[in-house]
Amino acid sequence: MAQLVAILATTHHPFFYRTSRLPPDEAPPFAAEWVRKVEAYRETLTIARPDVLVMVGSDHFHQLWLDNMPQFLVGKAPYYDGNWENETREFGLPKLLLKGDEELSAYLLREGIDRGFDLAFSNELRIDHSITCPIFTVRPQNDLPIVPIYTNIFAPPLPRPERFVRLGRTIREIIDAWPSDLRVAVIGTGHLSLELGGPRQFGPHGPDPDFDAQAVEWIKNGDIDGCLRNVTLDSLHAPGNATHGFMDFMLMMGIAGSAKADYADNLDLFHTMEPYFTWYPDAGLLPGLSLASKGSLL
Amino acid sequence: MSKYLVNKFLYTVDRDHELTERYREDPAGTVAWWEAEEAGRILNCVAAEKTTWLAFTDDERQALSAHDHVALFRMGAHPFLTLTLWIAMFERDFDEPLAMQRDYAARLAHLEPPYPDIGT
Repeated sequence: MAQLVAILATTHHPFFYRTSRLPPDEAPPFAAEWVRKVEAYRETLTIARPDVLVMVGSDHFHQLWLDNMPQFLVGKAPYYDGNWENETREFGLPKLLLKGDEELSAYLLREGIDRGFDLAFSNELRIDHSITCPIFTVRPQNDLPIVPIYTNIFAPPLPRPERFVRLGRTIREIIDAWPSDLRVAVIGTGHLSLELGGPRQFGPHGPDPDFDAQAVEWIKNGDIDGCLRNVTLDSLHAPGNATHGFMDFMLMMGIAGSAKADYADNLDLFHTMEPYFTWYPDAGLLPGLSLASKGSLL
Repeated sequence: MSKYLVNKFLYTVDRDHELTERYREDPAGTVAWWEAEEAGRILNCVAAEKTTWLAFTDDERQALSAHDHVALFRMGAHPFLTLTLWIAMFERDFDEPLAMQRDYAARLAHLEPPYPDIGT
């Protein structure tokens, strides 16, 4: 069976790529610390030596539109072009090409449908920064095949938080059952509290630091039940109008299965709290595991 | 209300550099042309299969024609779509990083949660 070697849950901040490439005399004061945190986080993936990456993200009205909107979609293609014109314009993100793993895509689709998720699929998917940003941060050499999974956290009506957790658990079951000798890592990105296009956007912190502090605790401790008791589709409006992206973190907690994180870090980055979490489901798959740090939260 | 059509305008204008510039320079003319010629185009379909019933309300047409992002927010236009297009059109007019985005927020500051429903 395949080996699930690492689970990573973080954000997809589109400013990192450009910020991390600025010369020191042009970089904003937070840049050096941001780069240091990301490089430490990258190590948590590197040491797991994955062969293939399952990438969970959410299309930001790029390819998926309101005339034909799936709730959950799996890419099934041999390649994926990455990034869109308005992402290049706004964030300076370059176009890139990623390899796909069609065998794992097909397996996830077949098994996911049979296990109760009527997954949509795409044979020609241009992925956006929700998936390319974690490539830039944790696998910048872009050398591994991927399976992209898109969730709808953006266009109501949305699936409920419980559904995201259940999909995470189902993805975990499927990967664990995949008849393959490959090492699989899952990388998912979402948001903590976030406001975009509203009065609380781009403030000195995330729009709701109390929510962020609580969310970090839920994730760090694998506290799915506590999270589900407190988070609903309605409640997620209060911390910020884009906070439904937190449900992608809940999906990742579902994959991790109530386990405590093995690496937990964060960065209070003016308008958002940037979280960096990694789980290693089976320490036996990482002989000699030695992270320089477990992050500042553990 | 035709929130869907307002969103479709924002979406299709934002993703086309030429249309973004045209909307910046001539908002009322671009909105009138788009509603007459493009509103019914189903993305991925030929012109013969245009939708026949889509139209803006007067308030929506006015808000788009006036570059009034506050009115669009009140109507429940998708805030991500409006913001992204406004950044494309107006960030260049500000000197400091994120100054445009902060000005955009300040103009919405009188609005308290719960915000208008963005469901379509």
